[in-house]
Amino acid sequence: MAELLDLTALEAHAAMCAGELSAEDCHDAWTEAAAGDELNAYLWRSQNGEAGGIKVERPCLAPIAVKDIFCTEAVPTTAASKILEGYRPPYTATAVRRLIEAGAPILGKTNMDEFAMGSSNENSAYGAVLNPWDRTRVPGGSSGGSAAAVAGGLAPWAIGTDTGGSIRQPASLCGIVGLKPTYGAISRYGMIAFASSLDQCGPLTRDVSDAALLLAILQGRDSCDSTSVGLETAPRLPDREDLRGLRFAVPAEMRSDGMEAGVRAVFEATLKRIEDLGGEIAEVSLPHAEHGISAYYVIAPAEASSNLARYDGVRYGVRAATDGDVVEMYESTRAAGFGDEVKRRIMLGTYALSSGYYDAYYGRAQKVRTKIAEDFAAAFGQFDFVVTPTSPSVAFGLGEKTDDPLAMYMNDFFTVPMSLAGIPAISIPAGLAEPDGGGPQLPVGFQIAAPAFGEQKLLEAAYALEQAIAFKAKPGNGTDG
Amino acid sequence: MIEREQVLHVAKLSRLRLSEAEVEKMAGELSGILEHVDRIGELDLDDVAPTSHVVDLENVLRPDQSRPSWPREVMLEQAPDPAEGAFRVPSPRAES
Repeated sequence: MAELLDLTALEAHAAMCAGELSAEDCHDAWTEAAAGDELNAYLWRSQNGEAGGIKVERPCLAPIAVKDIFCTEAVPTTAASKILEGYRPPYTATAVRRLIEAGAPILGKTNMDEFAMGSSNENSAYGAVLNPWDRTRVPGGSSGGSAAAVAGGLAPWAIGTDTGGSIRQPASLCGIVGLKPTYGAISRYGMIAFASSLDQCGPLTRDVSDAALLLAILQGRDSCDSTSVGLETAPRLPDREDLRGLRFAVPAEMRSDGMEAGVRAVFEATLKRIEDLGGEIAEVSLPHAEHGISAYYVIAPAEASSNLARYDGVRYGVRAATDGDVVEMYESTRAAGFGDEVKRRIMLGTYALSSGYYDAYYGRAQKVRTKIAEDFAAAFGQFDFVVTPTSPSVAFGLGEKTDDPLAMYMNDFFTVPMSLAGIPAISIPAGLAEPDGGGPQLPVGFQIAAPAFGEQKLLEAAYALEQAIAFKAKPGNGTDG
Repeated sequence: MIEREQVLHVAKLSRLRLSEAEVEKMAGELSGILEHVDRIGELDLDDVAPTSHVVDLENVLRPDQSRPSWPREVMLEQAPDPAEGAFRVPSPRAES
């Protein structure tokens, strides 16, 4: 079975179409692989191909790991929160429904930071996920279970969600490909809401071609989500081999801040590779990008404080026992059901929206968002892409940043600006590096961002660069990549 | 700086009961985060329009056609305390 598990999702699909591989054999092999999860990547796994009320009529794709933030009919859906323990939704998210209709069975539901709030997967109510490259380190977050499953050989491909970096950053820390599409490319219907103006579903895959295939399945307008517009043309598999005539911009303001030496070295080497492939590199000014973290950590918590008001122990989820009145019931339920980071964000968001502080925080953050989007628009007037490292560091140690929320938030420094601007961005593995202070060789991600709805061009460039980088290292016994 | 009273006020607005230790910790953490956020106070944003949403969408309309909605019993299946076809909650004013 080892060979079967080495196939990318696209290769497995081709083998199934050619009659060389049966969907059952593929499914069985991956079910067995997923059953060996020692990373706490899964919160739920399908047994014998059963997944609640969900049936795949004609399986012709490798099974897929789904972040536990997507509602799946009659299958436990918790968003890694205690407050949704035991919840079985009556319906299936559009993104998952599209996968089912395309012929991809659900392999399991993956662990995550509670309600997608976190950058290390340590905020799960069901325990941290371990990084397959080094089990003493975090896989990143919030889609940490999906990233660890794909990198650790527990799933051929996966979907996650990205609000401020939650697909790209764990993809970077686990050495796989993660794509955050343009806001509106994929329906959010049935995706448990965190920050509705930022949340977007996307692929976590072994390579760029699998990401393109997955995006083609997921994207499209959905009458159940009025903000979903889909892509103008369905993505094709990328085949570009050079970067001639393409201009890549490096944001001057984001070149130095708090980046590890090893990350910088891989980033600079990747810029050189782009030039070798015929691409042009130049510096660009994105003067407001460095304020992305400030704007994001007002806007996202503000939206979250509103979205999470629905967890009150009345219609679904867990209710805390109380002898008191209804308000006491709400307060006890939310105190017992939410973890520390979720409480922190609800408090931060409520504060930013409260009387007397609204203009100074929420109002100003929305204006900064406008300026960040304008910075990108100006850059894309001269350049095809903006590139940065995906994360300022390689995977850090479990528990290393849990006592300092702001230090944790700074992990999102390079990913948040694109989220605020609503533009697509992909992280591809670019090499290995040691953390500052020494340690094992760990993956470093390279982020490429494109104008809104520029997914095809983005995938083509990422594909050409991926072929040139030829990143073959895998987590294994030891650290020899 | 976020004071203890502000934490308690915001917790009340959020319908969150915080323990004494949580109140203390929250005051420090929120202060630290807001100190960082306060840097956007230095930017000149007077004539900038706020962005609440990035997709350029007009109102999205659909024909007003009736279609089946969820049956009551399905919606009540996940409720912590369903009773008589409804969601039961403790009285707004508990007897004590």
